[in-house]
Amino acid sequence: MNSPSTEFTRRMAIYEQFNQISRLGDAFNCGDSPNTGSSAIVEVDVGLENKAGYISCDQVEPSRSDQETNKPDDKTQRRLAQNREAARKSRIRKKAYVQELESSRLKLAQLEQELERTRQQGIYISSASDSGYFGLSGTVNPGISAFELEYGHWVEVQDKQTCELRNALQAHTTDIELQILVESGLNHYCNLFRIKAEAAKADVFYLNSGLWRTSAERFFHWIGGFRPSELLNVVMLHIEPLTDQQQLEVCHLRQSAQQAEDALSQGIDKLQHNLAQNVASDFSWGNYRAQMAVATDILEALEGFVNQADHLREQTLLQMVRVLTTHQAARALLALGEYFHRLRALSSLWAAHPR
Amino acid sequence: MHYQVDSWGYYMPARSMGSDPMERVAKLASESAVVIFSLSSCCMCHAVKRLFCGLGVNPTVYELDQDPRGKDMETALMRLLGNSQAVPVVFIGGKLIGAMDRVMASHINGTLVPLLKEAGALWL
Repeated sequence: MNSPSTEFTRRMAIYEQFNQISRLGDAFNCGDSPNTGSSAIVEVDVGLENKAGYISCDQVEPSRSDQETNKPDDKTQRRLAQNREAARKSRIRKKAYVQELESSRLKLAQLEQELERTRQQGIYISSASDSGYFGLSGTVNPGISAFELEYGHWVEVQDKQTCELRNALQAHTTDIELQILVESGLNHYCNLFRIKAEAAKADVFYLNSGLWRTSAERFFHWIGGFRPSELLNVVMLHIEPLTDQQQLEVCHLRQSAQQAEDALSQGIDKLQHNLAQNVASDFSWGNYRAQMAVATDILEALEGFVNQADHLREQTLLQMVRVLTTHQAARALLALGEYFHRLRALSSLWAAHPR
Repeated sequence: MHYQVDSWGYYMPARSMGSDPMERVAKLASESAVVIFSLSSCCMCHAVKRLFCGLGVNPTVYELDQDPRGKDMETALMRLLGNSQAVPVVFIGGKLIGAMDRVMASHINGTLVPLLKEAGALWL
C-alpha cells in the first residue's frame, strides 16, 4: 500500500539520483579536451527498485580512476608531441646556420686571396690586425674606397708613363715628343692631387696617415705625401749638366721649397699643440658641444694643411719643369717615376719577407 | 714681427668710426711693407708668419679676433678673396698678394722675394 509520504520520499530519492549523475557528468566534461571519449559512460540504474539516494560507488569509482589515469596520458602525449615538433624545428635551424657558416668561410677565403693579390701589386690596403683603416672604424667610407680604387689605377698609369719615358729617352726621340710625355706626366701628378683633395673631404686623417701608400713610401711621409724637397733631391742626380743660370734657379727652388715646407711643418706642430691643450684642459674640453667644436676645427684645419702641402708639391713640380730644358725635364720625371716605383717594390719585398 | 693693436679708432674723428671695413683694411695694408691679417687661433696664419720670419722679414700682423672691428674686416676679406677663409691674407707694399696658396706659389716661382725687396722689407 503506497501512502503519500512514501511516494514523496521515492520521488525525492529519484531526484537526488539525477542530481548526483549530472554533477558527475560536469566533473567529466569541464575544461577537458574532446579526447575523453575513453571515459566510461556512467550508467545509473534509475530503477525504482533501487534504494533511494544511493548511487553505487562501485559503478562510479572505476570510471573516475579511469579518467585520472587517462588525464596524465593525454597531457603527456600532448607534451611529447610538442617536444618532437620543437626538436625537428631546431634541427632545421641548425642545418641552415651551418650552411651559412660554410658559405661565409668560402667568401672569406676568396677575399683573403684577392687581398694577397692586390698587396703584391704594391698597393697597400690595411688589415684589421694592423689596426688600420677598416679595423679602426669598422665601417667602410665610400669616399675612401673610391679613392683607393682611383689611386690604384693612378699607380698603374704612372708606371706605364715611366716606361714610356724610359723608352723615349733611350730611343733619342725628338724634343716635341718628349714635351708631350713631360706634359702628360705633369697632368698625371695634378690628377693625383685632385683625387687627394676629394679624399681629404671624405677622411682627412686617413689621407694624412699615409695608409694608402706602401710602407717604404710612408717612411718618408710628410703631411699626406712626399716632401717637395725630397722630390728635388731625387731629381738632382739626373739632370746634369746644368747651365749657371739653371744652377742658380734650381738652388733657389730647393731653398724656397725647404722654407715653405718648414713653415707648413710649424703650422702643423701648432695644430697638434692646440689640440693637445684642448684635450688636456678640463675647461675647454667641458661639454659635448665644446668637444664637437674642437673636433670640427681640427678637421677643417688639417684639411687646409693637407691641401696646402699638395699645392706646394704641385708648384714645386711645375717650377722644376719650367727651369729645365725638355730633355732634362723628361729625365727628371723618369727619375721620379722610377724612384717611387722602387720604393713600392721595396715595400712588397718586405711584405713578402718571411720572419 | 710686431703686432699692431690699432688704437687709432679711439682718436680719429667721428666720420671714420663708421668707415667701410674694406677701406680700413686697405688703409692698414698700406701702412707697412708687409701686412698680415690673421686670427690668433689660426694655425695656417701661424705658418705664414713663420714663413716670413724665416725669410728675415718683419711683417705687421693684425689679429682680427683682438680687434673691436675685426668681425667686419673678416667679412670684407672673405668677400675680397671669394673664399670661406678670411685669413691669413698678405699685403706687400700695399698690394694684395692673397691667401696661403698664393703666397707659397709666388715663393716657389721666385716672385715673392723681388716683391719683398721692392717694398723694402728685405735687403740683400
